[in-house]
Amino acid sequence: MKKFKERFMQVLFLLSALVSILAVALICIFLFANGIPAIREIGLWDFLSGTSWKPEQNIYGILPMIIGSIYVTAGAMLIGVPIGILTALFLVHFCPPKLYRFLKPAVDLLAGIPSIVYGFFGLMVIVPAIRNGLGGSGSSMLAASIVLGIMILPTIINVSESAIRAVPESYYEGSLALGASHERSVFFTVLPAAKSGVFAAVILGMGRAVGETMAVIMVAGNQTAMPGSPLQGLRTLTANIVMEMAYAADLHRGALIATAVVLFVFILIINLSFSLMKRRAKL
Amino acid sequence: MSDNPKKSARRLQSRILRFCVYAAGACTLSVLLMLVLYILVKGLPHLTPELFSLHYNSENVSLFPALVNTVTMTFLSLLIAAPLGIFSAIYLVEYAKRGNKFVGVVRITAETLSGIPSIVYGLFGFLMFVIALDWGYSLLAGAFTLAIMILPVIMRTTEEALKSVPDSYREGSFGLGAGKLRTVFRIVLPAAMPGILAGIILSVGRIVGETAALIYTAGTVAQVPDTLLGSGRTLSVHMYSLWSEGLNSEQSYATAVVLLVIVASLNALSSALAKRLTGQKKERKKRDARSKA
Repeated sequence: MKKFKERFMQVLFLLSALVSILAVALICIFLFANGIPAIREIGLWDFLSGTSWKPEQNIYGILPMIIGSIYVTAGAMLIGVPIGILTALFLVHFCPPKLYRFLKPAVDLLAGIPSIVYGFFGLMVIVPAIRNGLGGSGSSMLAASIVLGIMILPTIINVSESAIRAVPESYYEGSLALGASHERSVFFTVLPAAKSGVFAAVILGMGRAVGETMAVIMVAGNQTAMPGSPLQGLRTLTANIVMEMAYAADLHRGALIATAVVLFVFILIINLSFSLMKRRAKL
Repeated sequence: MSDNPKKSARRLQSRILRFCVYAAGACTLSVLLMLVLYILVKGLPHLTPELFSLHYNSENVSLFPALVNTVTMTFLSLLIAAPLGIFSAIYLVEYAKRGNKFVGVVRITAETLSGIPSIVYGLFGFLMFVIALDWGYSLLAGAFTLAIMILPVIMRTTEEALKSVPDSYREGSFGLGAGKLRTVFRIVLPAAMPGILAGIILSVGRIVGETAALIYTAGTVAQVPDTLLGSGRTLSVHMYSLWSEGLNSEQSYATAVVLLVIVASLNALSSALAKRLTGQKKERKKRDARSKA
């Protein structure tokens, strides 16, 4: 009886471990089975490189959204990466312990705030600021980049922080002993040693920025035209799905699911490079 | 010495670097303060008792049904995901042999799951639970979708918590004649509990904040449904709906305050647990050192 119980529970544990594999398989199957037929009907090349998205005329080209996602992500990285890495350095090597006890929970809080709240903040503060300061409608690539840049900060800070902490203290001390100042030791000895971990942080932040939906649709304007200047609106892949899924049918719905397939492939590539980086950094 | 140009250039460089680092720290902190203060200042005055009336209508724009739905959704998702996540972590840490290929595959899939954007989860949940299984927009469909989403979080934190339990605990238990199962449930799990709870709280935070995965699975009805197969919106979806209806920005601010309070208290709870965990570890180390001496 006891032996049976042991066996039974072991099988149960094994089955639970299988669930995550099953989940990934199901997600792939459902997305591809519903998305691929639409891609075939539209034509892969027309779908990926078409510059206009007009569901009412059965024209489905997602190039503007692909470029939109890339632009917004690049903008977010431009803002989030330097501030994030420098803040991580600050937390590890410059911050007095008393301030750290306050700043660390603050970063965690930043990580926990729902994206819809970020979007709302962007809509109420950043969009009007851009409209009044730089012109245009305010709902723009710039606004989306700023909001996303803030949102990826905690990810980049936390992962870089652990990478920087993992650098042996002796590196820093050795550099000091050779006569380098505190700042030079941190920037030219510790930071290069933490390089792959910091890269992993950047890639993880990139994944978050590409996949973010709610905050972006509230501030990016969501026009389907090809993105132009940073002050014009644009639509990302994620926004495309949320905006139209509610009323889409037939090929239109298929095209939206195909949009998710493209997004999914993007994310898989980013994930893969993240795991490679992580393995190299041994985080 | 100060007339040595190379040296003063270096000093300048150091100063610039230090300035950058301090500026970045100040930037991060001020962004957070601005966000929190702005939401509080704008939202607190609108946090009226009306917002907490039992039923939603266009006049009171009550967030109470959404709050109830959020709690239901959290419990349902945890009910599904917590046993699965904890059990699979137990398998990975306690049962699988080292270098087992299957473990590698599970790790990779869990990592993949944790990187998938919530809108892709939402679409998958829509295709599978709402359409293929024909549950319609329902709390149940939303809960299953979220359960898959938080599964990797619970798995990873539980794994780490289990790994941090020293092997001597297990050996002691085996030495006293306990079986594997009893050792896991009576000795290892209780010791790992604070870490596991911290992971669960982390996933509660994700459930509360989630919007994109729920719009097309749990739907946007602003009432508490009669059964789990009815549609109902959580707080975050409530906020999104208020925005997409283009009205009621005051109530949106108030909802944001409620969300902020929930997230902040969850964070406080999880860091308190983490503190207990590290406290335990320190005590353990002290004890080990003493017993060695």
